[in-house]
Amino acid sequence: MARGQPRLVCSWGNVARGTHSVYRLSSRFEDFPSLPAHTSILPFGNGRSYGDSCLNVGGALLDMRSMDRFIHFDAQRGTLRCEAGVQLGEILRIVAPAGWLPCVLPGTQYVTVGGAIANDVHGKNHHRDGSFGCHVTQFELLRSNGERLLCSPQTNSDALAATIGGLGLTGVITWAELQLTRVAGPWMAVESVRCRDLGELLALTSASSQSHAYTVAWVDCAARRKRLGRGILQRANPADDGGAARPAASRRWLAVPFTPPVSMLNPAMTRVFNALHYTRHSAPMRSIQHYQQFFFPLDGIRHWNRLYGPRGFYQYQCAVPRDGAGDSIRRLLEATAASGEGSSLAVLKFFGERPSPGLLSFPRPGVTLALDFPNRGARLERLFARLDAIVAEAGGRLYPAKDARMPASLFRAGYPQWQTFSRFVDARCSSSFWQRVMADA
Amino acid sequence: MRKILIIGATSAIAEASARVWANRGAALYLVGRDPARVAAIAADLRIRGAAIVAHEAQDLNDFAAHEAMLDRAALALGGFDIVLIAHGRLEDQRACEESVDLAMQEIRINALSVVAVCTRIAPRLSAQGGGTLAVLSSIAGDRGRRSNYVYGSAKALVSAYLSGLRQRLHSSGVQVLTIKPGPVDTPMTAALRKGPLWASPQSVAAGIVRGIERRRDVIYLPGFWRPIMWIVRGIPEGLFKRIRL
Repeated sequence: MARGQPRLVCSWGNVARGTHSVYRLSSRFEDFPSLPAHTSILPFGNGRSYGDSCLNVGGALLDMRSMDRFIHFDAQRGTLRCEAGVQLGEILRIVAPAGWLPCVLPGTQYVTVGGAIANDVHGKNHHRDGSFGCHVTQFELLRSNGERLLCSPQTNSDALAATIGGLGLTGVITWAELQLTRVAGPWMAVESVRCRDLGELLALTSASSQSHAYTVAWVDCAARRKRLGRGILQRANPADDGGAARPAASRRWLAVPFTPPVSMLNPAMTRVFNALHYTRHSAPMRSIQHYQQFFFPLDGIRHWNRLYGPRGFYQYQCAVPRDGAGDSIRRLLEATAASGEGSSLAVLKFFGERPSPGLLSFPRPGVTLALDFPNRGARLERLFARLDAIVAEAGGRLYPAKDARMPASLFRAGYPQWQTFSRFVDARCSSSFWQRVMADA
Repeated sequence: MRKILIIGATSAIAEASARVWANRGAALYLVGRDPARVAAIAADLRIRGAAIVAHEAQDLNDFAAHEAMLDRAALALGGFDIVLIAHGRLEDQRACEESVDLAMQEIRINALSVVAVCTRIAPRLSAQGGGTLAVLSSIAGDRGRRSNYVYGSAKALVSAYLSGLRQRLHSSGVQVLTIKPGPVDTPMTAALRKGPLWASPQSVAAGIVRGIERRRDVIYLPGFWRPIMWIVRGIPEGLFKRIRL
C-alpha cells in the first residue's frame, strides 16, 4: 500500500510553498490513489507554475513525473501519444529529428504534457495556431471514483473543455495524444526590430502577425513619457532551408548554484540593463537560431528563478480584449513605471482569434502583457491592486499559472464560465489556488 | 548493436537502465510479470530508439519455464551481450515474521528464482566465451538487520552465489556484476518513509551501465555505501545486536 510522503514543495516563483503529503502514480495502469478521508489531492507535474495553482498546501500532491512513457509515434501523420508525465523537452528529442515539432511550445521545455494541458499554455505563435489545447486530439481522464473517461472533441467533450486549462482539478490526465506540425529543420529565421514607443510597438506587432509565424515583444518597463512602451519586437519564421548544414547550436549551460541572500534583480540594475538592451538593437538584427535557443532562451540558465533571492518573485500576466487594448496596456505600463518597482522583465504578445478549447483557458483574442517583479512585499501588492483595477475595467483576466495573489472577484470576473467549470471539479481534487479564489463562493 | 536481455523489465531500475540502452540503439528482450506493463515499456523503448524490442510476460517463480524463455530470447537477439536480472519484491518485514508462507515466498522470488535462472544463463554465456551477467543484489544483503532481514538474507544468498559464479566464469571471459544499491525511490519501496540517503532509479541505472562498461565485479550505488557497509559489516555482533537498524 503506497502512502504519502511528507515533503516541502515550492513552486517556481518561490513565493508559494508548504508541506504536502506526496503520492505518486508511476504508470497509466495504476488506480487513483486511496487517500485518508477528507484529504484532497492535486496532480503535480514539473512544478513550473509560478504561484499556488500547482500546490495544495496541507493536502496531498500526486507526483506524475515518473509516469513518462511514450505510447505511439506516427512519424507519417505526426501524431504522438504519451503518458502525461512526459516533458516537452523529451518529446522534442524524439520528434524533432523526424521533422516534427509540437504545434505550441511555451517558454520552457521543462513542463509535462499534463501540465501543458491543465494550464492550456501558449507560445509565440498564438496569433496563428492558438493554444496548446487546440492540438490535443484526445486524452484519458482518471477520476477519483475510478472512472476513466476518454475525452476528445467527439466524446466527453464537456469533460475535455473542463480539463483543458482546468488546473488539474478535474482528475488525473493519464495519457494524451498530440497533433504535431511539420518542420523543414530545427532552424528559425529570427529578426529583432526596435520600436521607439508603444504605438510603434503595437503597430509593428500587429503587422508582423500577418507575415510571421512567431512574434513576441520585449518592453523596456523603465521608459516613461514619450518613450513609454519602447521595446524590441522579435519575429520569426521557420528557416526554409532547414536541411542546410549549420554549426551545431552552441549550448552554454549555465546554472545558478544556490539562492543568493538578496535578489540580484533590483530596480536600479533593471533600469541599466533595459537601457543597454534597447540601445544594442539600434538597427534591425537578423539571425538564424536553433529552435531550442529561440523557444527556450531561459532554459540555458538552470534555476534562473533563484536570482530573485529567498523572497522569490511574482509574475503579473494579464490578457486584455482587442478593443481598447492599446489604451489598457499604456495605463498598465504607466502605473508600473510610476510605481518605481521596476519590472525586471516585461513581455508583450498578441493573442489571435482561434478560440481556446478550455472553460478556464487563459488566452483570448487581444493582447497579453507579462511583468516579472522581485517580491518586495506590501509596496508591490499596492502596485498589483492598481494593475488589477485597470485589467478589471478593461474586461481582462489574469493567468492562474502565474498567479499567487489575484483577488477572488477578479478571477470570477475574468473567467465567467467558472460556475460551469466548478461542476466538473473532482470530489477529491483541490489546490491552494482554487481554495483561494473559491473562498466564500 | 548490443543484445540485451532484461529479466524483471518492469522494475523502475531496469526500465531506467533500458532507456539508456534504447537511446544508444540496443536490441532488447524484456521479461516481466505483468503483460500490459511489459508491452507498454517495450513500446516506449522502441520510440526512444531501441533497434529491436521483443518482450514476453513470465512469472519467474515458475523455474521450469526458464529454459524455454531463455531459448526464445536467445533466438530473438542472436545471443546475449548483457543479461540484467532485476526482478524482486519487498514484503513488509513484520508480516514475514508472522507468516512462514510469506517468508518462504520472499526467499523464493528474491533468491531461489535468481539462482535458478542464473544456473541456466551461466553455461550459455560461458559457451559464447563472453558477455555480462549483471544482477541486482542489495546493501541489505551485506548484513542482516532487524528492519528487513528476510529480504536481506535472500540478497545475501544472491551476493554469495554471484561471488562463486564470478570465480567459475572468470576464465571464460564472462563478467559477473553484483549490483548493491542502497534504498531507491521506486514503486517497490512506495510504502517506506524516504530520507536523504535515497537514490533515484535514473542515477542507479547510470551506475549500472557504467559498471558494466568498466567491467567491475561489485558496485555499490551510490558509491558512498561501500565505506558505510564496510563499517556496518565490521561492527562486532555483541554490539550489533543491541543497535536498532
